[in-house]
Amino acid sequence: MNTSEFFKTALRNRSFAIGLFISLLVIAMALVSYIWTPYSVIDLDIGAKLKAPNVDYWFGTDHFGRDIFSMIMVGARNSIAVALVAVFVGIGIGVPVGCWAAARGGFFDEALMRGNDVIFAFPALLSAVMITAVFGPGAINAIIAIGIFNIPVFARLARGAALSLWPRDFIMAARAAGKSSFRITWEHIVPNMTNLLIVQGTIAFALGIIQEAGLAYVGLGTQPPFPSWGKMLNEAQTMMSFAPHMAIFPGLAIVITVLGLNLLGDGLRDVLDPRIAKERS
Amino acid sequence: MMNFKKFAFAAALTTALVPALGITSALAAKTSLNMGMVLEPPHLDPTAGAPAAIDEVVYANIYEGLTRIGSKGEVLPALAESWDISADGKTYTFKLRSGVKYHDGSDFEATDVKFSLDRARAEGSTNAQKALFAGIESVEVVDPTTVKVMLKAPAGNFLFNMGWGDAVIVAPESADTNKTAPVGTGPFKFGNWVKGASVDLVRNDAYWGKQAGLEKATFKFISDPAAAMSAMLAGDVDAFANFPAPEAVPQLRADPRFKVVIGSTEGETILSTNNAKPPFNDVRVRRAIAHALDRQAIVDGAMFGLGTPIGTHFAPHHPAYVDLTGRYPMDIEGAKKLLAAAGHPNGFKATLKLPPPSYARRGGEIIASQLRKIGIELEIIPVEWGVWVPEVFKGKDYDLTIVSHTEPQDIGIYARDDYYFQYSSDSFKSTMEKLNAETDTQKRYALMGEAQKTITEDAVNGYLFQLAKAGVWNAKINGLWENSPVQANDLTGVSWSD
Repeated sequence: MNTSEFFKTALRNRSFAIGLFISLLVIAMALVSYIWTPYSVIDLDIGAKLKAPNVDYWFGTDHFGRDIFSMIMVGARNSIAVALVAVFVGIGIGVPVGCWAAARGGFFDEALMRGNDVIFAFPALLSAVMITAVFGPGAINAIIAIGIFNIPVFARLARGAALSLWPRDFIMAARAAGKSSFRITWEHIVPNMTNLLIVQGTIAFALGIIQEAGLAYVGLGTQPPFPSWGKMLNEAQTMMSFAPHMAIFPGLAIVITVLGLNLLGDGLRDVLDPRIAKERS
Repeated sequence: MMNFKKFAFAAALTTALVPALGITSALAAKTSLNMGMVLEPPHLDPTAGAPAAIDEVVYANIYEGLTRIGSKGEVLPALAESWDISADGKTYTFKLRSGVKYHDGSDFEATDVKFSLDRARAEGSTNAQKALFAGIESVEVVDPTTVKVMLKAPAGNFLFNMGWGDAVIVAPESADTNKTAPVGTGPFKFGNWVKGASVDLVRNDAYWGKQAGLEKATFKFISDPAAAMSAMLAGDVDAFANFPAPEAVPQLRADPRFKVVIGSTEGETILSTNNAKPPFNDVRVRRAIAHALDRQAIVDGAMFGLGTPIGTHFAPHHPAYVDLTGRYPMDIEGAKKLLAAAGHPNGFKATLKLPPPSYARRGGEIIASQLRKIGIELEIIPVEWGVWVPEVFKGKDYDLTIVSHTEPQDIGIYARDDYYFQYSSDSFKSTMEKLNAETDTQKRYALMGEAQKTITEDAVNGYLFQLAKAGVWNAKINGLWENSPVQANDLTGVSWSD
């Protein structure tokens, strides 16, 4: 299936289409924020504080007089960057670990996967809090924390997929041809699990956005003056009774972004998995 | 009126019990109080630690001094019934109250006063305010109810100093265990301390003075402003002497269940500057910062308008206050020129360590944005108090920080070379020496004015605003302090009306 063919089928899938639209919108918003935002998010304008949404300030202003729409635009940058890097950390380390475990098998496999279980057993937010508590708060440490949580997710996925592929005939053929297990993994196993990885990556991306918001909410993510969605929610907390817009808009931003990514992930799974696609038709 | 919590409890019981419980609570006014506090004290001995939270629990409740400070900052007799001051102003003879007992049943005597004062000013004393006692030459027990204190030089504020929480009288037998099991002479006895949650005080029925109106007082520690708000609304806490979320004050004010009193505190909120660390050791840099600060914006943005801008380290409600807020008017261009003259034409980078209170965290963001306009890029580092005290206050490892200095009339800290500002000025020190020796009120005020001008001229710190006290309490509570002239939650006169 080539790219144009893929999109033709995929866009007929409603989840995929809506999810893709929302995700692209958020990414576009983040990219635009590099060149233009309605107001500066770093300069405060105390005189304009706590304005309800109006023509000048579409989403209102916060307690420092910053434009909430601009903050959400810049915050999107931050959410996407943290979640994206965290996903790549997860794939970059988790997939080799999983494949290696599947290829070697035996005690080595056991040890690696039980080690994974240990990381996995920690609630993600707790391990993230621990990492940021030790290394200090900041966007980089948030990325590391969320990335570490992603490693066992991808390691398990990769190992499972690899194990189901190893006994298959074409792998047997490759082995009989004398290819090393490294080459087999690289040339046959990994290409056959890309679909899975793309789907899981989308979901991990959505989770990463929630986790980033959670860390920022408890004060361990991006530090001021740079806005982040989670921090905006935290700041809104004591002002909900008289400035609900401070909580509503960043809250909606998180909900819509995560919804979009989840729909995209669901859609991708349906489109990429031939069995499901066949059942549907 | 029936109390809501009791009502809810009663409603959950069997119907037969409901009328009985309802009637009792309707007849008798409440005799217990839950007082909310932001910070938990590290221990309960005010003579061995600086944190205001210690005094806010124990001062005038558990411990008393020779004198006490009243709600308006006046000096009142406490364990000393009366006193005579010698003509040369150097000898104070205190007549002590007789028949006073400590909570453990032992008698309060003149020897305890000598013990307490000598302990506080001793070489290895852990008292946080040793300067209060520095002027004492010797303490002499005349008879069990008379004590003479000889001073090195006349000291105009000696009686006020003896009213501080750091100068309370403790018994030699219990002095070492006061941190966890405080024993004093006050109207309340220590009850129980649930670490991390609350401290209970119970009425001392053997109190020498007028009995307290409350049978039990509980101090609950709630550091999160949002949690403080919900505790207040739910009735889990009856009163906050200083409510931590200024933004919520209008909402509480509009609620008829609560009384909101905006009072004054002794808290000068300042942008503390490390005067020994380059580039802040250059007065031009500090003045540039002063010119870049917009105090009203800081008060409006961080405190929602609660607070009075100050231009020096002195409380505006004090008669000796000099308004120096106009000394460094907002002047971005002028500030840039000063920076350029100091060798930083393009500004510089520095750190701003912020302790947890919202005045610091929010004020810090505003100040960072204001200083950015003159090219100073501040990296904001939020820290907990547990880090701030050893790192910033004791370790002096900081560039800038924001903190409220809540001790009363504490301008004397600028004379201490080892204080965390690391400011050292001979002219300031000589002014303070003259002030300490002066007993004439008008002359003292003039010297205080001079001291204020010196530190403002040197722009030692960025002077921001006087912290307001946003007292919020149940409208049926009487007798809580409207202002805080000292760090205290004096519950002696508190009662519920029904």
